Amino acid sequence: MDAAARKLWIMNAAALAAVSAALLLAVGTGMVSPYIQDVLISSLINIIMAVSLNLVCGLLGYLALGHAAFMGVGAYAAALVSIHWKVPLSFPLALLMGGVAAAVAGAAIGVPALRLKGDYLAIITLGFGEIVRIIMNNMPILGGARSLRGIPRVTTIPAAYAVVVVCVALMFTLGRSRHGRAILSIREDEVAAASCGIPATYYKILAFTLAAFFAGIAGGLYAHNMGVLNPNRFNFDRSIEYLVMVVLGGMGSITGAVIAAVVLTALPEILRPLSDYRMLIYSLALILMMLFRPDGLLGTAEFSLAGIAGRFRRGRGDGG
Amino acid sequence: MVDTLLEVNDLGIQFGGLAALERVAFGMEPGEIVGLIGPNGAGKTTVFNLITGIYPPTSGWISLDGKRLAGMGTRRIFQQGVARTFQNIRLFKKMSALDNARVAAHNQMTYNPLTGALRLPGYWREEADVTKRAMAMLEIFGLSEYARETASSLPYGRQRRLEIARALMSGPKLLLLDEPAAGMNPTETQSLMSTIRDVRDRFGVAILLIEHDMRLVMGICERLVVLDYGQVIARGAPGEIRRDERVVKAYLGGSAV
Repeated sequence: MDAAARKLWIMNAAALAAVSAALLLAVGTGMVSPYIQDVLISSLINIIMAVSLNLVCGLLGYLALGHAAFMGVGAYAAALVSIHWKVPLSFPLALLMGGVAAAVAGAAIGVPALRLKGDYLAIITLGFGEIVRIIMNNMPILGGARSLRGIPRVTTIPAAYAVVVVCVALMFTLGRSRHGRAILSIREDEVAAASCGIPATYYKILAFTLAAFFAGIAGGLYAHNMGVLNPNRFNFDRSIEYLVMVVLGGMGSITGAVIAAVVLTALPEILRPLSDYRMLIYSLALILMMLFRPDGLLGTAEFSLAGIAGRFRRGRGDGG
Repeated sequence: MVDTLLEVNDLGIQFGGLAALERVAFGMEPGEIVGLIGPNGAGKTTVFNLITGIYPPTSGWISLDGKRLAGMGTRRIFQQGVARTFQNIRLFKKMSALDNARVAAHNQMTYNPLTGALRLPGYWREEADVTKRAMAMLEIFGLSEYARETASSLPYGRQRRLEIARALMSGPKLLLLDEPAAGMNPTETQSLMSTIRDVRDRFGVAILLIEHDMRLVMGICERLVVLDYGQVIARGAPGEIRRDERVVKAYLGGSAV
């Protein structure tokens, strides 16, 4: 690591520590109401969803409309582990199994679906999402439409926060490894990528499977937050919501996805006093956003403290 | 002719009923610079696409170092040591110049996704090594100060150079350049010529290039292969080709001298 990279790393670590401390302090001292805590947990879960979908939509550049289904697979798998398997450390184990189950589903759909592109892939993933939802609705072991009950409610804010930090960090570092570059190169130009020796099929499936894996972990967090699971929670509307987060944050930007996930989770709640006008304003905000910032909040760039500091320094240099 | 590097034999491809190439044959020695020339639509880029496996040939075969390439995919052929650039530059536009170069070194690294995500020692070791080599390559092409710029923000001439740098990252035996001087001004072309010669001397790579700029072609190619309507109409040293009647006719039209 050179000096600049080290400085960046220290600044980011310090920022992360500050945010963590503020959050944990606020929750620990009981300063935030249970309602706000609920919004916070939803935001944290949605962060994982948006950042993982960004692997497929942003890095690989493929449109996927079934992301909520992977969350559903993970949620049910994690819930079953928790309900039927009373072992120590069952919560982390449940989350991991949720991720693995979703990853298996992701690979199963990815292998045939990734031969297609663009709108065709979008329709296949859409269909897959509905199939998963209908299966979940009709499996007795999953409780079907009467919901799966009795899941231990062990998702706390500190736990969810820790999982989010680990997941986002892993996706970030992966994106900056040779594997992330390979996925990006396929998005940029598949022919050129192949003539640089990139195995395109492998990386398409890898991106898709990993996105599903992290969605499954988010599903596990969700299951252990709600305590009750209903298949209809993982429908097409939800997939679209996550897609909107990715697009709004800027395709390919992890920090953009994080910010968009938090804003879009909080916005409907903040607008709640406006009752009927709430969704109208929400939609209007999205339309305005797309008109004036079609590349999303951050485009493909990442938000960084060092970047802002650098801009300030350059600004001063120009002035003086 | 024991150490022939590239052998193209009886190569042909049909698109629908149209024979884009017919009985094309030529060879290349290691480290040789050969020009592939001919009027527009003669099938020059198609030859590149067949060598790199983008299309499978309808007839004939291609071998590299005695090994048949036909039937291998683009990626396998790349691994045999064939790298190329494209007529309409195909860089990874939104990636940095450095990352463009590093993508081409993908197969020289071995760490798995988990090692990459957890940044274990294997990641640091291999990345440091490849980054060093990529920076050295950018340096050769005068691009090291643009390493962090996105590829699409580079001026045209530098994008062409970056594409060559990227192609060389894999240490190929054969480099295919598709109109490297297209859109360059005479000064840029001049410096490109010396770069191409330099690349050959430094890396010992054989270079097959398609080019319309006759000054460049005559200046650096040791041999020329002339295509017209998908067939080889002449082969030889630049001096002979210049005087070849069929070549002059193909370029200037039927009645010209």
